[in-house]
Amino acid sequence: MNNKGVDQSKRQFLTSALTVVGAVGTGYLAVPFLAQMQPSAKAMAAGAPVEVDISKMEPGQLIRVAWRGKPVWILNRTPQVLETLTTLDPELRDPLSQESIQPESSKNPVRSIKPEIFVAVGLCTHLGCSPTFRPEIAPTDLGDKWKGGFFCPCHGSWFDLAGRVYRGVPAPTNLEIPPYRFITDTQLIIGESAEEASA
Amino acid sequence: MKNLVALLLLLSLSFGVAASEDIELQEANINLSNNASLQRGAKHFVTYCLGCHSIKHIRYLRIALDTDMDPKKMLQDIAPEGANIYDQLHSAMNAHDAEKWFGTQPPDLSLIARSRGADWLYSYLKSYYIDPKSPRGVNNLIFKDTAMPNPLWQLQGEQHTEHKKNIWGDEYTNLVIKEPGTLSEGEFDIFVNDLVNFLVYVGEPVQLERQRIGKYVIFFILMFLVLAYLLKKEYWKNIH
Amino acid sequence: MKRSRITECNDWFLERFPLTKLWNEHMAHYYAPKNFNFWYFFGSLALLVLVNQILTGIFLTMNYKPDAKLAFDSVEYIMRDVNWGWLIRYMHSTGSSAFFIVVYLHMFRGLLYGSYKHPRELIWIFGMLLFVALMAEAFMGYLLPWGQMSYWGAQVIISLFSAIPVIGDDLSLWLRGDYVVSDATLNRFFAFHVIAVPLALVMLVFLHIVALHEVGSNNPDGIEIKESKDPWGHPVDGIPFHPYYTVKDIVGVAVFMLFFATVIFYMPEMGGYFLEHANFIPADPMKTPEHIAPVWYFTPFYAILRAIPDKFAGVIGMGGAIVVLFLLPWLDRSPVKSIRYRGGIYKKALALFVISFLALGYLGTQPATPTATIFARIFSAIYFGFFLLMPLYTRWEKTKPVPRRLTPVHSLEEQLPALIEEITVLKPAATEIGHTAFKGSSFTRQPNPEGIKNVISRLAKKAKGSLD
Repeated sequence: MNNKGVDQSKRQFLTSALTVVGAVGTGYLAVPFLAQMQPSAKAMAAGAPVEVDISKMEPGQLIRVAWRGKPVWILNRTPQVLETLTTLDPELRDPLSQESIQPESSKNPVRSIKPEIFVAVGLCTHLGCSPTFRPEIAPTDLGDKWKGGFFCPCHGSWFDLAGRVYRGVPAPTNLEIPPYRFITDTQLIIGESAEEASA
Repeated sequence: MKNLVALLLLLSLSFGVAASEDIELQEANINLSNNASLQRGAKHFVTYCLGCHSIKHIRYLRIALDTDMDPKKMLQDIAPEGANIYDQLHSAMNAHDAEKWFGTQPPDLSLIARSRGADWLYSYLKSYYIDPKSPRGVNNLIFKDTAMPNPLWQLQGEQHTEHKKNIWGDEYTNLVIKEPGTLSEGEFDIFVNDLVNFLVYVGEPVQLERQRIGKYVIFFILMFLVLAYLLKKEYWKNIH
Repeated sequence: MKRSRITECNDWFLERFPLTKLWNEHMAHYYAPKNFNFWYFFGSLALLVLVNQILTGIFLTMNYKPDAKLAFDSVEYIMRDVNWGWLIRYMHSTGSSAFFIVVYLHMFRGLLYGSYKHPRELIWIFGMLLFVALMAEAFMGYLLPWGQMSYWGAQVIISLFSAIPVIGDDLSLWLRGDYVVSDATLNRFFAFHVIAVPLALVMLVFLHIVALHEVGSNNPDGIEIKESKDPWGHPVDGIPFHPYYTVKDIVGVAVFMLFFATVIFYMPEMGGYFLEHANFIPADPMKTPEHIAPVWYFTPFYAILRAIPDKFAGVIGMGGAIVVLFLLPWLDRSPVKSIRYRGGIYKKALALFVISFLALGYLGTQPATPTATIFARIFSAIYFGFFLLMPLYTRWEKTKPVPRRLTPVHSLEEQLPALIEEITVLKPAATEIGHTAFKGSSFTRQPNPEGIKNVISRLAKKAKGSLD
C-alpha cells in the first residue's frame, strides 16, 4: 500500500459530501420515529370537540362535561354574580387576564362570549386539582371575604366566578378557558373556537 | 448430472399442479386512485354489508380524507344516521343474535382483501346461485355451503347452475342468470368491482401513499450509493 | 499555549476511558485481509439489521398490546391510526426476513472459505448460538400479531415438545403456561422477544466480534495473513479496517438499503412470504387454517421434521440439522480452508448441499403429499450426508497447492472495460450527406456477436472447470 498520490482534497470533499447526505438521510429517517409518538388518530378522535345542550340550565347551575380527559365547567351566572365581579378587581392578581390562557372571544372582564354563560377548564392552575364550586357568600369555613367562586381544597387557591385568581394564593394564573363557541343559543361546542369555525 | 437436475426441476413443478383444486377466479379491476369508485364502494358497503359486517379498523374521517371527500358530505351521503365523523365503522348487529341466526358472528372485513385477495372477493360476490338443497336456498361456487346469505340478490337477480362438458369430456359448471335483478350484468359487475375496490383500500389505506413516498426514498438512497461508491474507489485506488 | 475547551474535554474523557486504544485495536490498526469480496459484506449488514430490529421494535412496543384480546387490533391500530406506524411495522417485518437472508449468506461464506476452521472454531460456535437465538427470537416474535398463522404455528411447534418421552407433556404445559397456546403464552413470549433474547443477541454479537478480532479475519484464499509480516509488524497482505473497510461497508449498506426500501415501499408482503395472508385473520382456536406453514426461513428445517415418519424422531432430526452445523469445525478434515484450493468432491458436495437446502425450503411451504415426502426424504439425506460424510471425503480429497500470499483480486469493476471492448465493436457514426467527416467524429458502439459468443463460452468453461 503506497501513500504517494493520495488526493487528500478529493477524499475530504467526498467524505464531507457523503456525511452531509448521510446526515440528511438520518434526519429524514428520524422524522417517522419522532412523529410516531405524536397523538394517534385514536387519541385525536377521543379528543374531539364535545357538544353540550344548555337549554335546560337554571340560573346559578353548574354543568360538568369531559373534554380531552379534562373536566370543563359550564356555569349559568346570575345578574348579581356579574355585578359582584366588577368589584373584585383589587383583590385579583390578573383582573384583565393578560397572563392567562383564553381564546380571543373570552378576553374580556367577564371572560366569556355571553356574559351569563361561563365556560372554563375545571383544573387549578397550581398543580392540577379540580376546585370545588362555592357560589355562596361568606360561608363559615371560608370567611367574610368570600364573595362566591371556586375554592381549590388541595392548597387553598381562590378563584372568582370568572375564573380569575386572587392575590396571595399558590395558583399563579386565572383558570384556563377552552376554545368553544355557540352553535345556537342553547347549544355549545367545547373544543372549537369561534375563530376556527369561521376560518 | 445435468439430467438429474432437469428431472428434479420437472418433478418439482408437478407439485404445484396437484396442490389445490381451486375454481378459476374472475379478475377484479382494482384502481385505488379512482376516488369515485372508492366512494361508491363505501356507499355500497354501508348499505348492503354494514348491517352484519363491521370494518372496525377504519374511520369515516379517514375514508373522506383519502378519497378527497368533504367530511360533511361523508356524513350526509354515506355514513349512517347519527354517526360521528371520527367513528370507526362498527356493525349494528350484536354477537349474541348473530350466533343465533347464523351460527357464527359475521367476521370483521377490514382485512378480508389481504387474507382472501381481491379476485376471490369479486368472484365470491358474483357466484351465488339458487340451491334448493341448501338451508338458505342459495349456495356459492367459490365458498361452498357458506352460512352467508346473498346480500346483493335483488341487484344481480337469480343465478342458476348449468353443468356442461368441455371438448375433453371434463365437467365444469356455468352460472346463468335466469331472473334478472334491478341491475344489468354489466352494471352489477361495476357495482361489485367498486365494492371490492373499496375493501382493498380498507385493507391497507396507506397503500397509495407508501408507493408515492417510495420513489423519493429510493432516489435518495441511489444518490447516497453513488457518493459512497466514489468515496470507496478513491480510498481503494492504492490497494492492489 | 492555548488549548481549546473541546480539546480539554477530550483529554478529560480519554484519561478515564480507553477510547483511543479501543479505536486503534478494533478499527484503525485492526489489519484485515485486502481481498474481501462480495461474501464479506454480510457480517456488517447483519449488525445493521439487528440495530433496525431493535429500533423499530422499541417504537412498536409503544403501541402494541400483549393481550390475546387486544394484540391483533393493536397491530392494525399501529398500521392505521399511529402516525407513520405502518412504516415502522413494515421495517420490522421486512427486517426480520432480511435478517435471515443476510445471516444465511453470512454462514454460507463460512462454508465457502472455511472460516470455521482452526483457529476460528469459537467464532463459529458463537455464530451458531447467535443463529439459534435468532430463530427463537423470530419464532416468538411471530406469535405477537396473534393472527391465525401466529397461533397455529406456535401451537404446532410447541406441541413438538410433547413428543419428548417422559417429560414431554409437562414440558409443553410449562412452556405454554396453559393447556393450549393462550394469553399466558403470548405474554411470556412478549417478555422474551422484547427483552431477554435481544439482550442475549447483543451479548453474543459482542463475544462473536471479540473472538474474531483475537485471531483476525479469514479471507477468500483461506491463508493466514499474519504469517507474513512487514518490518513494522503488520501483515503484508493486510489493510487497516478503518478507513478501507468502513468505506467499503458503507457501499454495502447503501446497496442493501436499496433492496430493503424497494420491498418496504412496493411489496411488503412479498407475495405472502414476508407477511402471510392467513395472518391477516385474527387467531381462532376453533378453526385451523387449511395449510399451516412456518415462515419461509424455517421451512428447510420444517421439511426435515415432516420427512421423518415418527413424531419424536422428526423432532430429533430437525434438532440434529442444527446440531450438525455446530460440529462443522470438527467434521471437516481437510488441511485446506478455502474452496478455491479444495478437491472436486467437496465442491460437488457443497453444490448438492445448497440444492438440497433450497429444495427442502420449497418443500416446507407445500402440503405434504406422498410424492413431496419422498423428495423431502431424499434431500434430507443429502443434507445430513454433506455433514456426516465430511470426515471421509475431506480427509482424502486431492487439494490444490495453497499459495503463501494472497492471490491478486480481479474484481468485476476492473474487468469491465476490457469486457466491454470485447463484446462491442466501434463503428463510425453515420455522417450526413454533404458534410465532410471531421477529425474526432463520433463513433458508436454496436454489439459484436463474435465477441459475445467468445465471452459466454469462456464463462461456461470456467464454470465447468471450477467444479473439478
